[in-house]
Amino acid sequence: MSAVIFFIAAIGALAGAIGVVTLRNPFYSVLSLVGHLISLSALFLLLRAEFLAAAQVIVYAGAVTVLYVFVVSYVGDGTVPLGPGGLRLRNVSMLFVGMLFVELAIAILGSGLKAIDGKGAPYVLGFGSPESIGEALLTKFLLPFELASLLLLVAAVGAVMLARRRAGGRTLEDIAYDDTRYITPRTLFSGTMAEAVGALHAPPEDPRETARQTAPYVPPSKREPVPTPVADDDAKED
Amino acid sequence: MDIGWYLVVSALIFCIGFGGVLTRRNPLVILLCLELMLNAANLSLIAFSRMHGNADGQIFALIVMVVAACEVAVGLGLIVAIFRRKLPIDVDELKELQG
Repeated sequence: MSAVIFFIAAIGALAGAIGVVTLRNPFYSVLSLVGHLISLSALFLLLRAEFLAAAQVIVYAGAVTVLYVFVVSYVGDGTVPLGPGGLRLRNVSMLFVGMLFVELAIAILGSGLKAIDGKGAPYVLGFGSPESIGEALLTKFLLPFELASLLLLVAAVGAVMLARRRAGGRTLEDIAYDDTRYITPRTLFSGTMAEAVGALHAPPEDPRETARQTAPYVPPSKREPVPTPVADDDAKED
Repeated sequence: MDIGWYLVVSALIFCIGFGGVLTRRNPLVILLCLELMLNAANLSLIAFSRMHGNADGQIFALIVMVVAACEVAVGLGLIVAIFRRKLPIDVDELKELQG
């Protein structure tokens, strides 16, 4: 029975991994990674790592992939054609991959570890359970545990610093709108960031408005100032 | 199942992830392939932990998961920063550090 589950989970994990690498659209790659992670957590369960299987599903398949999906939908799928010489480089890298697998296979077969051919050490009740993991983390591995929390804090602060909006830098207002600068092949007026910050406006229903809006975009800083009604009133009073 | 089978699956997943890192040009997919490689390492760590009947390997795998989460956060922050500067999301174009 465990052999059947192992082969199903292993095939699922390998298919998910191949899907991550080969699918052209990054969004489908992320979905494929979810399938891979769930299959992998089944393998973890077979290896009696209950806590890690649960953590894998919750942390990876739940949280990290949501982060990926957000960034993929923000950045868009940057599907680019292969450049010149790309095919040759791909063949060379495939050769490297094959060599790496042969090396790993030699390492596994020639390791001389007799226990590799067995089912592992006899199962002790509580092995890999949350209790044993938690106890080990707070006694034997207290320092790595604290360092991991520090690393998470540093990474969270660093990610915010990297991705923040820079004040004083160039903003969308300073750059004349140019179609070629936008990387995503997304059509305009489909919820782009440029619209969200008010630099672009969807064409209105009124045909006269449409004619005005289809004129080339001028950033607000370079537009001719429009006299406000208040200024007009002041002029009349004078 | 024998522990050796888990190691073979782990080696295959690692090689697939390695091939993805070498061939793909979208940094998002490269991060995903790095995840694959880290997961392959996790699988073999847990397999060895089962082989020895010692849960220390599982702690190691847990720490690897923490480091992978940090790597994802920083990597995705970098990608968002690249996108904000309107640079192409393509590792072949972003090669100013190549020397």
